[in-house]
Amino acid sequence: MVGKNKVGVAVKYILAILFALMFLFPVFVLFNTALKPFAEVSITKMWILPTTISFDGFREAFIKLSGNFKNSFLLVIPVCTLSIMLGAICGFIFSKIKFKYSNIIFALFIFGMFIPYQSILIPLVQTLRRMGIYGSIGGLVFTHTVYGLPISTLMFRNYYAEVPDELIEAGVIDGLTIWGSFRQLMVPLSIPSVIVVLIWQFTSVWNDFLFAVIITQDSAIQPITVALQNLAGSQVVEWNIQMAGAIIAALPPLIVYMFFGKYFVQGLMAGSVKG
Amino acid sequence: MYCPKSEKRKSFLIILPIMIVLFIFIYGFIGWSIKVSFSAWDGIIRNNDFVGFANYKELFTFRRFPVDIWNTIFFTLLFMIVCITGGFILAYMIYSGMKAEGLFRTIYMFPLAVAFVISGVLWRWILAPETGINLLFRMMGFSAEFSWYVSTKHIGPFNIALISLVIAASWEYLGYTMAMFLAGLRAIPQQVIESAKIDGAGKLRTIFSIILPQIKPIVFSAMIVIGHVSLKIFDLAYAMTGKGPNFVTDFPGLYMFETTFRGNHYGEGAAISVFMLLLIAVIIVPYLVSTFKGEE
Repeated sequence: MVGKNKVGVAVKYILAILFALMFLFPVFVLFNTALKPFAEVSITKMWILPTTISFDGFREAFIKLSGNFKNSFLLVIPVCTLSIMLGAICGFIFSKIKFKYSNIIFALFIFGMFIPYQSILIPLVQTLRRMGIYGSIGGLVFTHTVYGLPISTLMFRNYYAEVPDELIEAGVIDGLTIWGSFRQLMVPLSIPSVIVVLIWQFTSVWNDFLFAVIITQDSAIQPITVALQNLAGSQVVEWNIQMAGAIIAALPPLIVYMFFGKYFVQGLMAGSVKG
Repeated sequence: MYCPKSEKRKSFLIILPIMIVLFIFIYGFIGWSIKVSFSAWDGIIRNNDFVGFANYKELFTFRRFPVDIWNTIFFTLLFMIVCITGGFILAYMIYSGMKAEGLFRTIYMFPLAVAFVISGVLWRWILAPETGINLLFRMMGFSAEFSWYVSTKHIGPFNIALISLVIAASWEYLGYTMAMFLAGLRAIPQQVIESAKIDGAGKLRTIFSIILPQIKPIVFSAMIVIGHVSLKIFDLAYAMTGKGPNFVTDFPGLYMFETTFRGNHYGEGAAISVFMLLLIAVIIVPYLVSTFKGEE
């Protein structure tokens, strides 16, 4: 194999470990600051370990952010559910049924996931106002579901394209309708792509900032990313609280990533279109 | 696949409302934004008077927008170079066989699950000139005076402060390009590499004349992904630096957000957003066309 000589191997591992340290040292900074008592948080002591471990930062951050943490879940759960249902249906139609121009329509669908959302924000705000859901979590759920549909559809379509047509046709021969065989034969097979979409939408909706900051103004209903940003923007530089808040906000997507890493990577690959 | 007419019609009726909503919210809204960009709407009260390209012209009469475009160009270039070369190096290391491969991969990729807003807050602290990295260097006895993201130094139109944002964005995205390259490397047939070795090709030679040409489409895809992330950059800059002194870390996304939703200059904001859309379309449309053509 490649890299037979010992020096080469050593260099490789040293390099790999150096890279790993580069990726991890911000995590050290996060915890080192978050676990300090407030008295020890100062710009001159950033790299010095805390003399005593204090959870005050976490406690304070949790008091300030717990409502927003809950809001993020109230946002993410319905969006994921809707994305999976609608994505599966659209993905099935675009991969198996197809109609005139369906490929062109699909390509136009997909363009929607690349647009800078700034270019639809002004009409979006106006429309949500008219619909009466501007400024609510419901408005955010609706927005994320709509703009998440292209990628959810793409993920399901790519997955269904791999399933042989014969499966559906066999169902039809057995007396099922096409949609009947979708429900009874395809849906049970869909678990892997359900997980991919779930993880993708969970992380990207949880981590979203732009829609959240535009659509929700009231701090009581803002998702955690906006609340964290407000915390960081406030005049008080309680860095231990800020870093603890960042850890709390980052935790749910990180847990998802740790447990479903493989599916997370699949989602990323779909994000570059070629499935 | 064979599908009876009645079933086809039913499917069409299922997807029609979804399609209508999606097309209104994408293409209808884009059209609406374009219309606003040609209007005199400049305040809380809506004004639909047609003013032609006045909003676009106004963007170029002030310094801010041209600076934003330069920033976008330099940020995109640097971000791309770091992610493509760095991602390839990481992927090749793992590809050539490593113990604890899973661990390294997990470490390189976890920042992808972290929100840009969060890494922005974090890196703002790590690169703060009065503490952070500078302090670490000072503790080691160096004199560290680099002012990172608040630096107003520039080389021609290139603002040095952008380097800080490139570091933060690369920390977040290197794992992405690594994963793409790793998938590409693993798809290269082993015989191809073996036969290069039999022909006496050295390691570097194999990389440059065998491996890189094989993964060219992936390099291209990676450039598209990184490019469209950086053209849209907003969260990270908003959380980490804001527009910066003299707009050294300003981007069209920030400008649009501020002028529209904080300043109520709707016409101007819409013009910026249309400009952003055009930038993206220039790279995405040919990419989508080639992808879907290849599929048929």
